[in-house]
Amino acid sequence: MMTVSLPEGQTTATRPGILLRLGGALYRHPGLQLALLLALPLLWFMLVYLGSLCTLLAQSVLTFDDFTMSVSRELTLDNYRQLLSPANLDVVLRTLSMATLVSLASAVMAFPLAYYMVRYARGWQKGFFYVAVMLPMWASYIVKVYAWTVLLAKGGIVYWAYQTLGLQGIVDWLMTLPLIGGNSLTTSNLGRFTVFTYIWLPFMILPIQAALERVPANLLQASSDLGASGAQTFRHVILPLAFPGVVAGSIFTFSLTLGDYIIPQLIGPSGLFIGSMVYTMQGSIGNMPLAAAFTVVPVCIIGLYLLGARKLGAFDAL
Amino acid sequence: MTLAVRFQQVSRHYDAVRAVDQIDLAIAEGEFFSMLGPSGSGKTTSLRLIAGFEQPSSGSIQIFGREAAGLPPNLRDVNTVFQDYALFPHMSVLDNVAYGLMIKGVARAERHRRAEAMLDMVKLGQYGSRRPSALSGGQRQRVALARALILQPRVLLLDEPLGALDLKLREQMQTELKALQRKLGITFIYVTHDQGEALSMSDRVAVFNKGRIEQIAAPQVLYTQPATAFVADFVGTSNVFDAAWAASLTGQQQAFAVRPERIRPVQEGQDGDGIRLPTRLLDVQYLGAVSRYELEAGPERIISMVLPNDDAAARQVLTPGQAITVWLPAQAMHALAG
Repeated sequence: MMTVSLPEGQTTATRPGILLRLGGALYRHPGLQLALLLALPLLWFMLVYLGSLCTLLAQSVLTFDDFTMSVSRELTLDNYRQLLSPANLDVVLRTLSMATLVSLASAVMAFPLAYYMVRYARGWQKGFFYVAVMLPMWASYIVKVYAWTVLLAKGGIVYWAYQTLGLQGIVDWLMTLPLIGGNSLTTSNLGRFTVFTYIWLPFMILPIQAALERVPANLLQASSDLGASGAQTFRHVILPLAFPGVVAGSIFTFSLTLGDYIIPQLIGPSGLFIGSMVYTMQGSIGNMPLAAAFTVVPVCIIGLYLLGARKLGAFDAL
Repeated sequence: MTLAVRFQQVSRHYDAVRAVDQIDLAIAEGEFFSMLGPSGSGKTTSLRLIAGFEQPSSGSIQIFGREAAGLPPNLRDVNTVFQDYALFPHMSVLDNVAYGLMIKGVARAERHRRAEAMLDMVKLGQYGSRRPSALSGGQRQRVALARALILQPRVLLLDEPLGALDLKLREQMQTELKALQRKLGITFIYVTHDQGEALSMSDRVAVFNKGRIEQIAAPQVLYTQPATAFVADFVGTSNVFDAAWAASLTGQQQAFAVRPERIRPVQEGQDGDGIRLPTRLLDVQYLGAVSRYELEAGPERIISMVLPNDDAAARQVLTPGQAITVWLPAQAMHALAG
């Protein structure tokens, strides 16, 4: 054993300060460290997110008295039964089909763009694409939607553009089609679809881009080395590996469309969306229970969608 | 003799960087051919040129006599084992191996049967249903091998396939790869930066440096008759005597190299063709079977000598700091170009 003698007045260690001791205690008790780190966000999440969701669910089984226009604490499934009435089912189906089409169109447009951003864009291009995708998200949603009402209106720039290009005939023909058409672009489902797709597209591009970023380039080389053409590599390697990104993106576009109440109000034909229904029910009428029941619809749809996606193997690569 | 792969004046430039610079190369069918060199020497780029992942800036690449420049990888009769295996993470091991057959349109049952047989060959028969992520590095490497071989390519390209394995496993796989190549009789083109690996497996080795080939030769020739100072130093270790130093020793301005194991302390009554070199012992490194002796022959002129450790007579006299005269036999001195 070797002993080391220290100069007078100097001890082997100075008394540890309070911070140092606290640090030591945290180091020795990883559980405590985790608890301190998680306590606040966890509490916030449980209370504000899950708590309010549960309150919502609870409200959906309360009774609304049409006569007194007040909510009583009597439990009932009447609100859900009302959802199935033809008028309300119509609202659900109208919203659902729009959400599906918007998600599909967004995915089809987002994929090539995201692919280009990941595989080909280099240097300044990469930065340019990021900013270009994000920039419209920074502008106020309401301003953009109002801008579209002007753009699509008769005499607006879109109107001018297709007239100048001699496409008047095609647009007129489109407007005569059932479901798609209407008096003008502003009051047609086509116009509504265009604006929805415009507004939510970035929410599809970014998750797909993130998913593609994680696909190593050598997998594509391996695929082509084993004889696959570009299309085969896309189908068997790129798409399955980026599919979680498509699912994530479509959850955004889907649920955002399901919940939106401003675009259906400003653009497109009359007829309520789930969002506008909820807005009307809880706002002007005060029927919170039915509004809550309507809100449960998107939650269930997204839940079913995720189950289906998992069954398709969307999350196998995660 | 059929040529599997032929390079004629092949270059691959990235802007100002000459990754591959006017290379000529002829690889025979059935040959185990290694491309050896430090990183950035152009060996991997050359392999990727054969696979089709890169296209040459100029020159001609022929695979079995057919011009390959401009052909995409999926139209070439070569398959690749990738450095980090590049297994498809979303497929089972069996589907990974069967991938090439699936692309060819082979029916599911048939391709799975053949993939099973392939997995048996690489001794992974019972792992077919697993995901690649559930396998060890060595097992993944075998899957990558099986996946590349199932298409029965005439040329198999291997890009540092053993780089990520530990030493024991690497040595075992070297033996297996060599045995496999003999059994299949196809051309293996093997890229490595490990000279031991290249020497132990190859029929011939091309030594790459700065986008060019320094020497192409059989391992024995490469080791005993290195053509350039770079080869002498990169393949094994060597004591390189530059022209100035050589002139002071031999009277001729001709650089030469001597392997450390060919140098011996001068024995009493030593004569014959050779050079006596007075040195001072700097350091001794014990390496197990042998010891390496660092000798200072002058300012900044350090050479090394390797002696077997069973040679008690040679060992006992050598302690750091002491003066020692060594013998460089003439037949161990190889003239170097450039």
